[in-house]
Amino acid sequence: MSRRFTPKVVTANLLREGDVVYLTTDDRWSALHQDAELIDDEAHAQMRLLHAAAQKLLVVGAYLADAKPGPKGPEPTHFREEFRTRGPSNYNHGKQADLAS
Amino acid sequence: MYSYSDFDEAFVRTRVAQFTQQVERRLDGSLTEEEFRPLRLMNGLYLQLHAYMLRVAIPYGTLSPDQMRQLALIADTWDKGYGHFTTRQNIQFNWPKLPDVPAILGALADVEMHAIQTSGNCVRNVTADHFAGAAADEIADPRPYAELLRQWSTDHPEFQFLPRKFKIAITGSPNDRAVTKAHDIGLRMVRNAAGDAGFEVMVGGGLGRTPMIGVTVREFLLEADLLPYVEAVLSVYNTLGRRDNKYKARIKITVHETGAAEITRMIEERFAELRPLFGGNDMKLLEEITAAFAPPAFRNAPTDAYDAFYKADPTFRAWADTNLAPHRDAQYAIVTISLKAHGETPGDATSAQMRLIADLAERHGHSDLRISHEQNVILPHVHKSDLPALHAALATAGLATANVGLLSDIIACPGMDYCALATARSIPVAQDLATHFEALKLEHEIGPLKIKISGCINACGHHHVGHIGILGLDRAGVENYQITLGGDGTETAVIGDKTGPGFAYTEIIPAVERILRAYLALRLEASETFLQAYRRVGMDPFKAALYGSEGAKDAA
Repeated sequence: MSRRFTPKVVTANLLREGDVVYLTTDDRWSALHQDAELIDDEAHAQMRLLHAAAQKLLVVGAYLADAKPGPKGPEPTHFREEFRTRGPSNYNHGKQADLAS
Repeated sequence: MYSYSDFDEAFVRTRVAQFTQQVERRLDGSLTEEEFRPLRLMNGLYLQLHAYMLRVAIPYGTLSPDQMRQLALIADTWDKGYGHFTTRQNIQFNWPKLPDVPAILGALADVEMHAIQTSGNCVRNVTADHFAGAAADEIADPRPYAELLRQWSTDHPEFQFLPRKFKIAITGSPNDRAVTKAHDIGLRMVRNAAGDAGFEVMVGGGLGRTPMIGVTVREFLLEADLLPYVEAVLSVYNTLGRRDNKYKARIKITVHETGAAEITRMIEERFAELRPLFGGNDMKLLEEITAAFAPPAFRNAPTDAYDAFYKADPTFRAWADTNLAPHRDAQYAIVTISLKAHGETPGDATSAQMRLIADLAERHGHSDLRISHEQNVILPHVHKSDLPALHAALATAGLATANVGLLSDIIACPGMDYCALATARSIPVAQDLATHFEALKLEHEIGPLKIKISGCINACGHHHVGHIGILGLDRAGVENYQITLGGDGTETAVIGDKTGPGFAYTEIIPAVERILRAYLALRLEASETFLQAYRRVGMDPFKAALYGSEGAKDAA
């Protein structure tokens, strides 16, 4: 039996601003992790990653990050990805500030 | 201080113009990210966790007030109003946007600064003793040599694609404040039997995943032989260095694999070839550079006001006791401005703080500023009679924390709050340690202590040479902190010893408290420092304090 595939989201940084973004089902880049397309099929994940990597004028460094379903949408499973959803812990900068305003 | 020659100016401006066009070509799609990445890194621009980061070199840690003001302007105009000073005597801006970076580099060039060679496999920013030119124990100001090395290594055609990055540190004092033994090349000024000044040359030091103390390849090198000798070291490394394996590519591995005796022989052999090719222009240049570092006209004035204030004001006295160091002119002091206010981010300064520091350097400090690898700002030349006014002005901006050399004067790398390489956070650990021990009012009782925190194995936070070192790791998807004890970054450099299993994020502060309570209980007298006590009693009592007596046995 093959190993079970851990669900993924496609994430990257915006080329111009550097902000963390997530690929949505309808091919947008959202600042919110919960808007991301949660992918539970490995082949589809690779297709979506290729689609993301092709958008060279929009994003940089696209990759697949582990995620899990949550009440509002996908949630990160690793603390690194959790930090990327909000920003640094020493200042109210990054998403935690941008999305609040 | 050194001012750019026409050549320097033209070189930096050309690079700004080139990078401006490279950014344009990236943004219009003519360059792919794969093509652009090495170009941006050559200009100090990284992509980090939440944003881009621009790393700007502060050569040998020396800044003028105008340069400091320009950093403040950059922070306000294109960033979030602050900058982060690093253990490499650089400043990092954490939030620039790619289209703005050419303008930032232009603004830096306006004050003779740049971000060139702050990344990549080349000779990086040459670091130096932050008390250079002022320290009472100094043989000579190391900065002219550092500037000579900077000019020689900038865009050096032979050394732009080394096996790995290359860091040189230099101190003009026998007491090493520049961690020279943990650099690829460490230069420590010494005198020979005849009384001539020269350098002890150490090669192959470094921290990171394979920490090593540099080995001395030359006990005494004449000043006139500096460039050909350093070139010989680089040349041997460039030939032997392991380009096949990134983790074995630093010169410390080359030294280790080749053996100290053999690599010394090879360096000397190469040096014998190179020495005759240096016709003396390097020494002429050094002479010109040295003139630019002439000491300021020190004032001769009474210092009784300082003495009286010291006696009368306990707050000032506490600050003077920790934040001042002996100057070679007895009427002067070297002032360390702590960027470690309890609970703040180590090494961060707001634009307002930068401007105030620049003003105070002009008013009280002969317009000289330094950034230390310990992430503080130094005013190297302050007349003692100016100290009360200086202290009062610093206090208005949260810059008068009296903690230099104490527990809360912590080195911390940006860690996983910013860095894409990090495996755990460092900054909040430093903040919590500082506030926790401040609340316990134990900091002054504990006395001299260097805590250094890195958020990954690359050791930007110098944890291996901390008296207490903390290394943040990712253990099965959870932040975990490994402790080392007994490290030392001075002329008696030692890599610290691991205590045993690491601690979770919520357990690391109590763990450090157990270590320090054990120290307070076992020290012979108040003047026995933590490091001295550790050297006397070894690891066992601290292991017992950390893990309980059974844990100590298991870990041993």
